[in-house]
Amino acid sequence: MKLEELVTQFQNKDVVAFEKLYAMYAENICGAINIIVKDKAIAQEICQDVFVKIWNKSDTYDAAKGRFFTWILNIARNAAIDKVRSKAYKQGKKNLSADYFVGILEAPKDESKDIDSKGLRRLVKSLKAKCIEIIELLYFKGMTQKEAAEELEIPIGTVKTRNRSCISQLRENIKL
Amino acid sequence: MNTTEYITSGNLELYVAGLLSEKENLEVHAMALKHPEVLREIESIETAILELTKTASPGLSQDFLTIRNRLDIRTETKVIELPKEQTNWSTYVGWAASLLLAVGLYWMFTQNQELQTQIEVAQEENEKLEQQIAESNSSLEQSKDLLQTIRDKNIDVITLGGQAVSPSSYAKAYWNKEEKKVFIDAQGLPEPPDGFVYQVWSLKLTPLTPTSIGLLEDFATDENKVFALNNANASEAFGITLEPAGGSKSPNLEQLYTLGAVASS
Repeated sequence: MKLEELVTQFQNKDVVAFEKLYAMYAENICGAINIIVKDKAIAQEICQDVFVKIWNKSDTYDAAKGRFFTWILNIARNAAIDKVRSKAYKQGKKNLSADYFVGILEAPKDESKDIDSKGLRRLVKSLKAKCIEIIELLYFKGMTQKEAAEELEIPIGTVKTRNRSCISQLRENIKL
Repeated sequence: MNTTEYITSGNLELYVAGLLSEKENLEVHAMALKHPEVLREIESIETAILELTKTASPGLSQDFLTIRNRLDIRTETKVIELPKEQTNWSTYVGWAASLLLAVGLYWMFTQNQELQTQIEVAQEENEKLEQQIAESNSSLEQSKDLLQTIRDKNIDVITLGGQAVSPSSYAKAYWNKEEKKVFIDAQGLPEPPDGFVYQVWSLKLTPLTPTSIGLLEDFATDENKVFALNNANASEAFGITLEPAGGSKSPNLEQLYTLGAVASS
């Protein structure tokens, strides 16, 4: 079944279609949340909440305004960022200094053992630090081009072209 | 801008990240619908992000059921029409009811007919009884009249004894000289044979002169067998003979049934 049909059925509150979409995207959405919160248990908890939220907000999705994955990634990102900004989270993660998503590779062993660290290493190994930075800011921190440009202290036009080449690099690594 | 330039602009990567304006999003969407290579490029970018995020998955702690239980599922959209296997009871009940009604109506009809007949019979019976009562009443009246008549103080009672032809016969004559009437009680006489009639005679004894005072007509059908006759004669005795129908001028003494003399007063 085509993704569009599945999404339409899901928007008509078809729980079977929703289960299929869950099977398609749950690992990715939970992974994105994990990249942001860098905590397996918290990521799982948020991920569940996010899928409930997706169901409840299904009527707000408009295919003309973006990809379905982009829509659910945005919901997941907002939920995860809200968590990271919360007081409780900050107190619990004081000693965690890793800013970027490769940081989860450096997390204590028992916390990272479930993630596909080998796969992640393969994907990011040849990525330059500036690529990891820009992907993190645009895809997982939800920064605008302008915000990312300021954060990285680069011209706004460069954000777009650098991101393009970094994603291309990532795509190359996937083919390996 | 051709499609290659469009693809390499970096806008599609931002599109997947959700960082374009609403206007730009609509533009990309339109381009993707128009140019398959644009759509393919978008899907490749998305796949790269999907791959990247997947490697960071913490594992799914719970299966979908846990999430499903938290969903506000509108049950009415999930209601499945059950196949209508149920027997059409209403039809059966309907037929049974109409059959019962028909039988019931027929039964009531026959009951009604029967009752009508019973009423008719009862009415006939009633009429008969009423008639009987009326008859009894009139009979009672007659009896009373009769009793009144024979109790009259002016009445002479003459007993007529049985004669040679019929020794067991008897009769009584109640003679009211004032009113010149004689009542014959013929209870003790046998029924006359067909073609014959009893004839009552007033007799003078010296010389023996019989004078007919009347016939006991319709003897068999008369209930009380009391016959009223006119008698203006100075009778000394009464006799009853059996005569051919219509009576005779003079009595046939061979057929003298009863005879009685008036007591000299």
